[in-house]
Amino acid sequence: MLVLIAALPAVAQDKYIIVASTTSTEQSGLFGHILPVFQKKTGIRVRVVALGTGQALDLARRGDADVVFVHARSAEEKFLAEGHGVRRFDVMYNDFVLIGPKSDPARISGGKDILEELKKIKAASAPFVSRGDKSGTHIAELDLWKAAGIDIATEKGPWYRDTGQGMGPALNTAAAMNAYILSDRGTWISFKNRGELAIAVEGDKRLFNQYGVMLVNSAKHPNVRKELGQAFVDWLISPEGQNTIGEYKIGGDQLFFPNAK
Amino acid sequence: MSNGAILPLRLAEVSFAAGGRTIIDRVSLEIETGPSTIILGANGAGKSVLMRLMHGLLKPSSGRIDWNAPERLGVPRKQAMVFQRPVMLRRSAYANVAYALKLARIPEPQRGVLVHESLESVGLSHLARRSARVLSGGEQQRLALARAWALHPEVLFLDEPTASLDPSATREIESVIKAFDAAGTKVVMATHNLGQARRLGDEILFFDRGRLVERASVGEFFSKPQSAQAAAFIKGELPWV
Amino acid sequence: MSEALSTALALLIGLDSKLVEIVLLSLRVSLSAVAIAALLGLPLGAAIAVGRFPGRQTVIVLLNALMGLPPVVVGLLVYLLLSRAGPLGALGILFTPSAMVAAQTILILPIIAALSRQAIEDAWREYEEQLRSLGAGRMNAALTLLWDTRFSLLTTILAGFGRAAAEVGAVMIVGGNIDGVTRVMTTTIALETSKGDLPLALGLGMILIAIVIAVNAAAYLTKELAQRRYG
Repeated sequence: MLVLIAALPAVAQDKYIIVASTTSTEQSGLFGHILPVFQKKTGIRVRVVALGTGQALDLARRGDADVVFVHARSAEEKFLAEGHGVRRFDVMYNDFVLIGPKSDPARISGGKDILEELKKIKAASAPFVSRGDKSGTHIAELDLWKAAGIDIATEKGPWYRDTGQGMGPALNTAAAMNAYILSDRGTWISFKNRGELAIAVEGDKRLFNQYGVMLVNSAKHPNVRKELGQAFVDWLISPEGQNTIGEYKIGGDQLFFPNAK
Repeated sequence: MSNGAILPLRLAEVSFAAGGRTIIDRVSLEIETGPSTIILGANGAGKSVLMRLMHGLLKPSSGRIDWNAPERLGVPRKQAMVFQRPVMLRRSAYANVAYALKLARIPEPQRGVLVHESLESVGLSHLARRSARVLSGGEQQRLALARAWALHPEVLFLDEPTASLDPSATREIESVIKAFDAAGTKVVMATHNLGQARRLGDEILFFDRGRLVERASVGEFFSKPQSAQAAAFIKGELPWV
Repeated sequence: MSEALSTALALLIGLDSKLVEIVLLSLRVSLSAVAIAALLGLPLGAAIAVGRFPGRQTVIVLLNALMGLPPVVVGLLVYLLLSRAGPLGALGILFTPSAMVAAQTILILPIIAALSRQAIEDAWREYEEQLRSLGAGRMNAALTLLWDTRFSLLTTILAGFGRAAAEVGAVMIVGGNIDGVTRVMTTTIALETSKGDLPLALGLGMILIAIVIAVNAAAYLTKELAQRRYG
């Protein structure tokens, strides 16, 4: 039976790679902008499977992706150390913003110190939605609580909602609950269902979110499309790729800031 | 048909029990060619079970059932059965009869003639293309007869074939059965209807509570029943015309 | 909300090319799945219906239970099979429509087998004596009944198609919801909804509901027509 199915016409006999990335990156629309440029230049189609950061890395650990492109430095380093990746390159960064209801129960709107504002949220027991899904955003959120001196796992109360959802659904939940939530700027800009939410805190350097790209190690996973994947990695950190990333704007705002070395 | 007549059929001390009840109780009899045989008895006498035992749909709990020539695989059956309620496939009348021939491995080119003959003999030629299951009860039963007869069986079993039909349909069925009988097919029919037994039968096998109680020609049975049960039965049943 | 609704209608009427691509892929995947599942499931149902073998009752109960397989569980299992790290990784069909067809086939195979088993067993109860009297063996009987119950079986197949077209859990996991490659109606609705971007999601939702209604209407009409024509 599977032979029958495998014999069904493949989508195209052309060159393609599978890139494991995150839902927030895909939903920001970045890929829609940069991939056609890459394809035009090299003829390589990039198929993006968008998951949470943890899942994306796990996917690559099983050999089901050729390239990983995520934003959780510590998790990426671990991936490299395990031998699943060849080399890690910085590509770009975007930032997180703390979103909150216009009614601002924790009185933090306009604040500049993210750690102070998080402490105020906890003190006010203001409703806060967490992604809770091992994603880059989730890991960043947990790191911020830690930096603020709060052991969120033990100190959370009913005001802290662990939803286990992607960025979009989590924003939907926050809008419905009038809660605070940490989001990447890209998803927030494209998010249409805002309800009473607005940006409460932004600009703190600790909210910056670094993206890294790695070719999956073909020594461990022989089926990896090594040359094609490497071409994509090379392009992302090349001047042309970096420019293309920087050109992506939503409503006049640049979302991602290329910083490959 | 081919050699090896299957009659006479011999039952030796045949019993059949189900659900803790004995339905057929040590019956021994012989069915021979020639006279049409009526299996007569009240409801619950075991007639239907007996018919199915003879036709081979049920296996006896004890005793033996032997045909003169054993049934062989791949050879068309020489005995057929018509049930109280006809069961037709979702096809035309023609196709239902053809189906029986196909099962009997009659080659396709020969089927058409046989089907038309059968339908003709029961007066259903004009309904050959009609969907079988939308025919009336009487027409479906005639079709069942045509299907049973299409292979010109040596023995035709009929289990209360008119019990579900109205009087005019009953008359039609009876005339078809009489015609088959006249054409040489051995008719073995179960019924509780005295009038029908008199009209169609040559000999009577009378059953009561699973036992063969009396066997006689039609004339003798009705004028001088030998057993008390038979006498009671004749008196108790109203004669249907 | 009404703005989303009107945008959705505009997309539908204008036959937006992205929309068309998504709908066609959905149909292609689910129709392929139902075709394969029918090819395997109908004979299986017939065989179980007229067969007599040890453990038959257990098989029937199991088959009925498998009708309720959660799509996301099927997706997970098929993913583990087709992953490069899994036994069938060498086939290389993960994240392609073929994987989606495979997952949906597995999902609806029990439905088609169990429902056809029921329909044919009911018919067998009615026909058994007559068919055996005419000299039909079990194999012949199974084939005859498969044809005779064809209208009920068509309804069964339509039920299988409806289930496949409406599920999202399996195709999401084994397809990866890749833009232009494995994105179908249900996964697009999930994606666009999670983005808070409703027009495309609504448009597709309306099409999906329309398909489900059409399938059910077809099933109903089939039975009616058959009843009247064949009895």
